[in-house]
Amino acid sequence: MRVIVPLQAVVQGRGGLVLGSLIPCALFYFLQFYLRRNRPSSSSPPPPSSASGSNLPELASIPRSLSRGLLSPRGSFGPARLSSRGTAVVRDDDNPYYVGLKRCADDPYNRSTNPQGFLLLGLAENRLSLDIIQDWLVKNWKESLLLDDEEEELSIQGLATYQPYDGSMDLKTAVAEFMGQVMQGSVSFNPSHIVLTAGATPAVETLGFCLADPGDAFLVPSPYYPGWDRDIKWRTGVELIPVPCRSTDNFSISIAALELAYNQVKKRGMKVRAVLVSNPSNPVGSLIDRETLCGLLDFVMEKNIHLISDEIFAGSTYGSDKFVSVAEVLDAESFDKSRVHIIYGLSKDLAVPGFRVGVIYSYNENVLAAASKLARFSSISAPTQRLLISMLSDRKFISEYLAVNRVRLHDMHALFVDGLKQLGIKCASSSGGFYCWADMSMFIRPYSEKGELKLWDNLLNVAKVNVTPGSSCHCIEPGWFRCCFTTLTEKDVPTVMERIQKITKSN
Amino acid sequence: MAKKGVPLSEMATSDTHGEDSPYFVGWKVYDENPYDAASNPSGVIQMGLAENQVSFDLLEDYLEQHPQEFGWGCGVSSFRENALFQDYHGLKTFTRAVALFMEQIRGGRTQFDPQHIVLTAGATAANELLTFILADPGDGLLIPTPYYPGFDRDLRWRTGVNIIPVHCNSSNGFQITLRALEDACAGAESMKVRVKGLLLTNPSNPLGTAITRPVLEEILDFVAHKGIHLISDEIYSGSVFSSDEFVSMTEIVESGGHQERERVHIVYSLSKDLGLPGYRVGTIYSYNNEVVTTARRMSSFTLVSSQTQKMLASLLSDKEFTENYLRTNRERLKKRYEFVVEGLSNAGIRCLQGNAGLFCWMNLGELLEEPTVEGELSLWNSMLHEAKLNVSPGSSCHCLEAGWFRVCFANMSQQTLEVALMRMKDFTEKMKAKQMISSL
Repeated sequence: MRVIVPLQAVVQGRGGLVLGSLIPCALFYFLQFYLRRNRPSSSSPPPPSSASGSNLPELASIPRSLSRGLLSPRGSFGPARLSSRGTAVVRDDDNPYYVGLKRCADDPYNRSTNPQGFLLLGLAENRLSLDIIQDWLVKNWKESLLLDDEEEELSIQGLATYQPYDGSMDLKTAVAEFMGQVMQGSVSFNPSHIVLTAGATPAVETLGFCLADPGDAFLVPSPYYPGWDRDIKWRTGVELIPVPCRSTDNFSISIAALELAYNQVKKRGMKVRAVLVSNPSNPVGSLIDRETLCGLLDFVMEKNIHLISDEIFAGSTYGSDKFVSVAEVLDAESFDKSRVHIIYGLSKDLAVPGFRVGVIYSYNENVLAAASKLARFSSISAPTQRLLISMLSDRKFISEYLAVNRVRLHDMHALFVDGLKQLGIKCASSSGGFYCWADMSMFIRPYSEKGELKLWDNLLNVAKVNVTPGSSCHCIEPGWFRCCFTTLTEKDVPTVMERIQKITKSN
Repeated sequence: MAKKGVPLSEMATSDTHGEDSPYFVGWKVYDENPYDAASNPSGVIQMGLAENQVSFDLLEDYLEQHPQEFGWGCGVSSFRENALFQDYHGLKTFTRAVALFMEQIRGGRTQFDPQHIVLTAGATAANELLTFILADPGDGLLIPTPYYPGFDRDLRWRTGVNIIPVHCNSSNGFQITLRALEDACAGAESMKVRVKGLLLTNPSNPLGTAITRPVLEEILDFVAHKGIHLISDEIYSGSVFSSDEFVSMTEIVESGGHQERERVHIVYSLSKDLGLPGYRVGTIYSYNNEVVTTARRMSSFTLVSSQTQKMLASLLSDKEFTENYLRTNRERLKKRYEFVVEGLSNAGIRCLQGNAGLFCWMNLGELLEEPTVEGELSLWNSMLHEAKLNVSPGSSCHCLEAGWFRVCFANMSQQTLEVALMRMKDFTEKMKAKQMISSL
């Protein structure tokens, strides 16, 4: 029963094992006994904690019973119930991040065919440079897919049969080289440190399974990518503790804040197992500087925990700041590498999210051994592997693609930020990613999560513009919104601004 | 001062992945010394991998005639949409094609609604996903023995769920009985484990038999009475030697009442019937809307490549092709099966009467030094290192009777199969001779 978990945490807490646990123990047991007598026998987990602010799991939620679950299942026709894990997933419906995406899916904007449709500013998908990839495919698809290495004939034998679950060595090699190109030659990656997965989503979940036990916690500087709340928490039982960053220093990571959060979590009896960061940051778009990276590495070394750096947007930088991967810092300085793991993938930089290619890059042999076995649940499809090996091995093409893509991202970003500026909306300073982090706090009333969600709702349902509210990202300051600009063309920008203005004017 | 490494989770450091079991050890030995007719004729022949290579030519012919299926059409114009497509509902054309294919396998006797199909990267992921959804950590899943060794890992490792074996034996051809089900439930109860479901593999791996209609009906009644779920893994449904010998759980469900429907979930995949395990295409089909919704959301951890979906959509909806493929594939598997059974019989080895799958279930009980797991593993080890044949010992499949082994026959050429059978004959003669000498 979920109500017991915090009790265990208290019992296992450091110091005061007897005093600290006996009395709360007794109280809890009385509470549960009382609850059991007065509630039906089946129970579901506590409702998911609200998207914003709350840093720590609720300690004493009363289990809600399922409306159908009043029958005892033994020896009679019980309804076909789901597990508590399953039930939590069914109910996980109301986060604006997902609500917005769903709403737009059926009626997406298209300048010529559907000019009244929803503007997809909540979707971090890069459509700016797909034409370049398409051109390459037109010339190369047949060879890239069908040919056997030895014969020049159509052969599926090599593709069809069982492959290594964590990806073929050929693809790992091609991906390692791609990563090197993406980071502009500042660091080289070793293919045997790679585990490939069907997208970055299972990659980060797999690390969750490998680095922490159920009930443990990751410290996550916030605002952070809303998807992690599902990807990491759902099945691993790991808790994410937001560590708020402030607009006053452009939402940069503060080691002092991490230290504070670490101690707070410790006091509650939970074990922190890792720090999870994204670099370039999602949703802010800023880069972590070298000094902070060193600070993070010192911090995790001191606490004997892990560092996970999600660098999935590393190739999508456009500002004047140079991207520094944690791998680069590790190469240069003498930090303990075995606690560092990088998440990467082809969904953003190569713009092929449908193909499902994610990467765990780790220096820790034991993590690699476990992750490669876990990869069986999320392997990359063989024909896709073959296609990508071919594409990624064309280094000249990749080099050109990355360069042109960067320019297009830069230009679109500039246009968009400027457009928002004309509306009186300032954005955080960003150098990477597909979005800007916009401050619309002057347009929300009241100055709270409630006000923010009201604005989000109006933007979505009145102006038909889907953006991601900061509360979904656990931003502690209300009024910030993530606005993606990569599903647009230049000509769409005025339309976007017009629609946003419709709402901001009336506020 | 010893340097303490940064700690990992229990899951990462446990051995629940089960890869130290003989089932997997044998694969490793094969990997290190694989048989090749030309370059390594004394290598290990892999008879422990249930892969279907007998019908590749049919697929290749199709692709040769329809090359644009492999790409995105001649102008590659639909590439854009496809590359961006990561909707967990799956490509409409593809889910429709999968539904059609599953219907064809069942001779049109049941209908599949594409909206109830959830795609996963392989049946491994499908089975694990259902386990997460239907059971909580510490709960139990009933599984008839002998069963596929991979279940120990796939269903338990990350989910924390227990497997409660339902023991079957050779007295009735290893059929599942009500008594065995009740015994298993009672055992779970005594261990205070809550049983949440029953997982069947039909046709059975490793037995190579299709479950009969009366037994399926009995099983459905049983799960309804217990108020639990039923997962029917029908991954070999297209590999039944004669199409009218397979009864799908969907057929039983559709002739039953509404209540039972919600507890039944089918798992399928293209890895066996179509011989495409590398493509990673699996599916969950459930009558239960909540399960469909939940599974779909959770499938974000295990989506099928949009490129692969597009590639296979036309192939699977081409009725002429699939009809011909299924029929030809069945015939070829049947031929192989009969060839193997005859070959084993010449070596004095009996097999369970099978009618499906990529393997047969043979009995080497007479050759065991002692009728125990140790005896069985000792014989298995000899077969692996002396005869250089990797077969799967029944104990890895949790069979309670020692001496049974699963032998795969579809993952190699006819010539290799002949070599393997010859080696088997030589081996059994040698072992029998040893036995005679030691009994003197």
